[in-house]
Amino acid sequence: MAVTLKTVVLDSEKCIGCITCMRRCPTEAIRIVNGKAKILYEKCINCGECVRSCKGGAKRPVYDSFDLVKSYPYKIALPSPSLFGQFNNLDDPNYVIEGLLALGFDDVFEVGLAAELVTDCTKKLMRKNTLERPVISSACPAIAELIFLRYHELKDHLLNLYAPAKIAAKLAKKQAIEQGVPADDIGIFFISPCPAKVYSLHREEVSNEKYISGVLSQSDVYFRLVEKMNKIKNPRKLLRCGYSGLGWGSSGGESNSLGLGNYIHCSGARNVQGILAEMSDGKLDGADFVELNMCPGGCVGGVLNVENPFIARNRMRQLAEKLKIPPATMEQFGLDESFFLWDKAPEPSTSFQLDTDRFAAMQKLMKVEEYLKKLPGIDCGACGAPTCRTHAEDVVKSGGVLDCVKLREVK
Amino acid sequence: MDCIRLEYDVDGENFASAGNASESVKRTLKQLGIPPASVRRVAIAMYEGEINMVIHAHGGKAVAEIYPDRIDITLKDTGPGIADIGLAMKAGWSTASENIRSLGFGAGMGLPNMKKYSDEMDIDSVVGVGTTVFLRIRF
Ligand SMILES: Nc1ncnc2c1ncn2[C@@H]1O[C@H](COP(=O)(O)OP(=O)(O)OP(=O)(O)O)[C@@H](O)[C@H]1O
Ligand code: SF4
Ligand code: SF4
Ligand SMILES: [Mg+2]
Repeated sequence: MAVTLKTVVLDSEKCIGCITCMRRCPTEAIRIVNGKAKILYEKCINCGECVRSCKGGAKRPVYDSFDLVKSYPYKIALPSPSLFGQFNNLDDPNYVIEGLLALGFDDVFEVGLAAELVTDCTKKLMRKNTLERPVISSACPAIAELIFLRYHELKDHLLNLYAPAKIAAKLAKKQAIEQGVPADDIGIFFISPCPAKVYSLHREEVSNEKYISGVLSQSDVYFRLVEKMNKIKNPRKLLRCGYSGLGWGSSGGESNSLGLGNYIHCSGARNVQGILAEMSDGKLDGADFVELNMCPGGCVGGVLNVENPFIARNRMRQLAEKLKIPPATMEQFGLDESFFLWDKAPEPSTSFQLDTDRFAAMQKLMKVEEYLKKLPGIDCGACGAPTCRTHAEDVVKSGGVLDCVKLREVK
Repeated sequence: MDCIRLEYDVDGENFASAGNASESVKRTLKQLGIPPASVRRVAIAMYEGEINMVIHAHGGKAVAEIYPDRIDITLKDTGPGIADIGLAMKAGWSTASENIRSLGFGAGMGLPNMKKYSDEMDIDSVVGVGTTVFLRIRF
């Protein structure tokens, strides 16, 4: 990816400035400027909600081009569990693996398999009781970004383990090198259900080393893949992950595989923010684990999928129930906790603050409150901000003047 | 510097909106860059006080005054009042009805937690007149 970390961009030609995406953005990261929906990237958590909500297709997700795969002599595909739910009438997940090999990949490392290892490691850490309870899953990068943007008080609850895609990349690389493939020849490609994972795997905020060569879009790969899959007759038994790993593709899969009694899983931007708020009020202190997914239904709801999340979830469940493969363990792979633990914790973002200096922030807040008394409080969006409050904050931060249609009417 | 004064009407008829005042104060403190540990203490203490006004006193008024080094919270209601404050402060002591308990409240932990998470706490209550709870939390 061309160094830029923008995972969603605006197609200005298509944007009609209708304010739909601005209203739906969970972090108030969109403003309408000169009739176009501009993203304030410092507040964007790459959730893809604006892509989902734009009826005109003006918000475009950014990901690596499939052509990038060709530039590596040895190519490894990392399919995520949700990919397996995208195909109609698929009765054997091995078709997907064979299809990826037929597409030109030399090896496939299932993210579901890595997910089972992450589960194993999580269980071990939970048993040691060293983690801040309730532990919050760090698998959804949009959730982690949201916590580092708005819920700093919960950051120590985040499970400090790499997400399955990262573990899959690490293991795939290790295996290829052990097989004698020169390190420089290896290209590792994650097939992503969402812009959030495109971002996190390129940005590597919790790791000192990068393992991913590119992040492809699930929908982009899908169409190439079905064509190949249709030609496959008797797929070999290549699949290595089982019920537990595939389950990670939908909300509840991760927590279910941990075998805990007291846990919460919840998905969708609104629901998730509700749970985070309750957590920060100390209301979930009795729970052991909290699995949050930004997308409705979990990763099957990611915007880079092709299928309806709930149909995909049903299919995945049926596929998974047939699998007799026991969950992978760290011992099997000769791994210890250090393979999974973050190298470093991300720095919390200050973009939600009015100013990094407390006194200055207080001055600005007083100004905001003063402006709020003048504004009508109807959050109409005509000023280009999602709420009257955000408009007041924008004006105070930029030093501009209030631009409210209602105020103009009064004059 | 003056303080930032935020006022809220706490609706005693509506369980769904209980917690709105503390939620708003929490958001404000985060915008000011107040340390997360302090935000959490304020959130818990204020939420408990707010909920008490809803379940025990048909609502009331919440006022938060934010200074550079602290927040002062005053929760004032015109409910039934507390006859024995010492008893009310005891962990596990509650007069909540079965209905309220079935909603998950009534463990008798609200006031003790408010005490635990605040630096100063003061309750002024007259039976039949109302209750005023003052909380001070330093950042
Ligand atoms: N604002 C109030 N007005 C009248 N009585 C109150 C008020 N706040 C508390 N009380 C009394 O004090 C008792 C103890 O309060 P506390 O908040 O500790 O427990 P609780 O509200 O009963 O249960 P919990 O807070 O654990 O849900 C209450 O049961 C109630 O009798
Ligand atoms: S990707 Fe999500 S956070 Fe970013 S602008 Fe779109 S809706 Fe907002
Ligand atoms: S729920 Fe899954 S698909 Fe959606 S943003 Fe989070 S990681 Fe991506
Ligand atoms: Mg209480």
